[in-house]
Formats: sequence, structure tokens, C-alpha cells
Amino acid sequence: MLLDDFFIRALIVGIGIAIIAGPFGCFVVWKRLSYFGETLSHSSLLGVALGYVFSINISITVFAVSSIVAILLFLLNERTELTSDSLLGLLSHSSLSIGLLVVGYLSYIRFDMMGLLFGDILAVTKLDILIVWVCGGLFIFILYIIWQSLLAGTVNRDIASSENMSPRRSELIYMILLSGIIAISIKIIGILLITGLLIIPAAMARNISNSPIQMILISIIVGVTSVVSGLFTSLTFNTASGPSILVIALILFIISLTPLKRLISGANN
Amino acid sequence: MVKEHNKILLELTDAGVYRSNRWLVRNITLSVSEGEILTIIGPNGSGKSTTAKIALGILKPDAGSVILHTNKIAYVPQNLAIDWTLPLRVIDFMRLTNKMTFQEVTEVLDMTGVASLINKNLRNLSGGEFQRVLLARAIATKPDLLILDEPVQGVDFTGEIALYNLINQVSSELNCGTILISHDLHFVMSATDNVICLNGHICCSGTPKTIVQSKEFIDLFGASAAQTLSPYEHDHDHSH
Repeated sequence: MLLDDFFIRALIVGIGIAIIAGPFGCFVVWKRLSYFGETLSHSSLLGVALGYVFSINISITVFAVSSIVAILLFLLNERTELTSDSLLGLLSHSSLSIGLLVVGYLSYIRFDMMGLLFGDILAVTKLDILIVWVCGGLFIFILYIIWQSLLAGTVNRDIASSENMSPRRSELIYMILLSGIIAISIKIIGILLITGLLIIPAAMARNISNSPIQMILISIIVGVTSVVSGLFTSLTFNTASGPSILVIALILFIISLTPLKRLISGANN
Repeated sequence: MVKEHNKILLELTDAGVYRSNRWLVRNITLSVSEGEILTIIGPNGSGKSTTAKIALGILKPDAGSVILHTNKIAYVPQNLAIDWTLPLRVIDFMRLTNKMTFQEVTEVLDMTGVASLINKNLRNLSGGEFQRVLLARAIATKPDLLILDEPVQGVDFTGEIALYNLINQVSSELNCGTILISHDLHFVMSATDNVICLNGHICCSGTPKTIVQSKEFIDLFGASAAQTLSPYEHDHDHSH
């Protein structure tokens, strides 16, 4: 069967992730949440370790742990005088430390640490395909529902909340969904590099787009292109999949800075 | 302008906000009814924007109470810093909290004189153009209560008059209550129903006519301000 080929499985999962990463990555850029993404992915090491301890699919445990971190951050942000970047540093490094301690304690289990950190296309299972496409579809559907209030809150939280948009609530929902995306992308991209897949396509799209929807569509195209070519590179040169994908995305970003930019966006401005 | 019978939309009673060991504003009591324009004036740091934010529910009062009788509110904030990583055209911004057709957006933008900018990126607008778009967006939501925090800053002189007239017109057409924070004493005196003079607390309040004669107003703005604004009033006062 087609899905028995590990590479086809990796492609299907990767394309799914790139499509989901498009809109969510744009909000990471718009809301300046890149360090937040880093924090979530650092905390996912603890999730991975717990997944091994209880023999559960790591997507589930990673999602649980990163959602808790997301909610903690949300609450701490409202209750303390610390700025959010200090809070992020606190949560990011403490959860990474706890994760490393737990991983160290689990010395009886063989960890593919490099695979966890940088992605491993050999590790993708049929269950992962199901998880990525079902959860991904759900995430995009929820994002569609909260779209208007999330965007209004991104532009100006005061306007959004005075005009009945409850931006805080949609922000919390968005953060939890982001944890979910990190959970389902670990196998392909790896813990250390997930934020890159969220940010680089969106940053490239920003260079040539003129409206929020346009930026999302372009970042999806860039993401899918990077994932497909990155996975082929990974297969051909036996490199880790995460870095291969991100280097392709980086090349696309650099191209978007060249005079080509004027050709594409000339009509818009 | 007797608007006593109109429905009250917003009531603040002894409201105050306490932050970093001091009261930003205190003992604010005011109300706004349908069709009424209430202007808040006061020096920098007197708590004008804070008062607006209490009214909007953005700041929870640490003392006193806020009662809103409507949830159709539109807000023009004093500062709007949009992160430019977000590409936003005027039309996207107009549809921020309100679903509108292209036609409807054009019509409202036309009221503030910026219909030609509809497909431009917000980033490329001048300060005055941006202010007009902000006002148009607020009006387009057809609010019951319109809260405008220095809505004409950066607008050229003739534009300023036109926009103030528009605010007046909108207030009577939509029969909405309006809170206007303004530095423009001339407009305040000629076109608003009630004025509140703020300096951390309410110094004086009342109709424009009564307020220019009050001692507190003269203390706050200086005798010259009171004089520049009062000629009409004095003419009336002294002609008989």
C-alpha cells in the first residue's frame, strides 16, 4: 500500500503541517509571539518524556504539557508585574530543565534525541497522518470561528474589547491551538525548529503581501513548498528533516527580498 | 437643546482608578444620553483617556460604578500603534469588528472624505488620513455610544471643521450618545451639549455657557482661554 512507504507518510504529514502552520504562523508574527512558540516547544521535551513513561502517543502528552504552559503564561501575564518576555524565559527554561531531568531519569529507554530535536521522517506512522489531518482540520476550523475577534484584538485590543469581540478569550484559544500544532509537528520538524516553520514562511509572505488573507495564503504555499523540497533533500542527502525544510524556507525568504519582490507585489501598492 | 427625556446610555458614579499608589482619576460622575454630545476637556495627564477607558469597560474602576445600557459601542482610541508585520488595507480595517459590503465601506469613507483610499495600505496613510479612517470605522458600526479620544488630531484646519460637523451630524442621525475628548475649545463651546472639565477629578461641569464663566475653568485654562471663547456670550450678556 502507498502509505506503507515511510516517505509518502512523511510527505502527507508534512504537507498537512505546512498548511496548518500558515495561518497560525502569521498570527505568531503579527502578535510577536515567536518567543512564545519557543517556550511551548521547549516545554514539549517534558511532554515527550511523559509520553514514553506512560507509553502514550507523544502528540497527546506534548499537547497536554504545552497547553498547561500556555495557560500558565496567560494567567501569569495578568497577575504579575513581570513583563511577558521574562515570564517566557522563566517558563521556557524551567520546563526544559524539568524535561531534561525526566529524560535523564529514563535512562532505561533508548531515546533518539537527535530525531526529537531535529525531526525524523522515519518515525512517522499512519496514526500520525490521522492525527495531523484530523486535528489540523479541527484547528483551522476553530481558527476560522475566532478569526474576526483574534484579528481585531491583534490590531487593537481596546477597540476589540469595547466592540464586543472578547479578544482575550480568542487569544487563549489561539495559544492552546498553537500548543496543539507544536505537538503534531514534532516528528517532522523537531522540538528545536518548530517555531522556524511557523515564522519563516510568514515572514517571507509579509514581504510580498498586502492583506492578512493574502499573507496567510502565500505562507501556506511557501510552507508546503519548503516541506516537500525539504523532505526530498532529507531523503536524498540523508539529512535531518527539520533543518532541511527550514533551509529551503530560508532560501525562499531570501528570494523574496530580491527585486523579484517588485514583480510580484508591484500591482498591489 | 433639551434632551432630558432621552434614554440614558452610560452612567458613571463616583468612579475612580487607582494605579501605582495614586488615583489616576477619582470621583467621576457623569452620564450620557441618546443624542447627547458630552465633551471632556482638561490638561495633559488629567485622566481624560482613563475616563474614556472606564466608560468603555477597558479599565475596571477601583471605586464607584459604571452602568452601561447598551453594548453597541464604537471607540476611536487616542493612539493606535499597528504592528506593521500585519499588512492591513483600509478596507480590512473598516471590516475589523463589523461585516460590511464594499459599497457600504465606500459610502462611510466618503463621509470622512477618504473613499479614494479604500485599497491603500494603512501604513501608507498620513496622520490626518488615518484619523479620518479611524472615525469612519467607528461611525460605520452604527453605535449607540460613540467614544472619541481626540478624533481630529493631525487633521488639517478645514478638515477639522468638517469632521466636527460630521460628528455632530452623526450624533443626531444615529441618535447616539457621544463622549468626545478634545483640545479644541472652540468646537467644544459651539457644538456640545455638556462639558466636563477634568483634572484628576471633575473640576466643573455643565453647559458650555455656564462653564466658561466658572472660576475653576478660568483657573485651569487661564483667563485668556475663557476670554477667547466668551465673546459671543458677552455680546449676549451685555446687549441688554
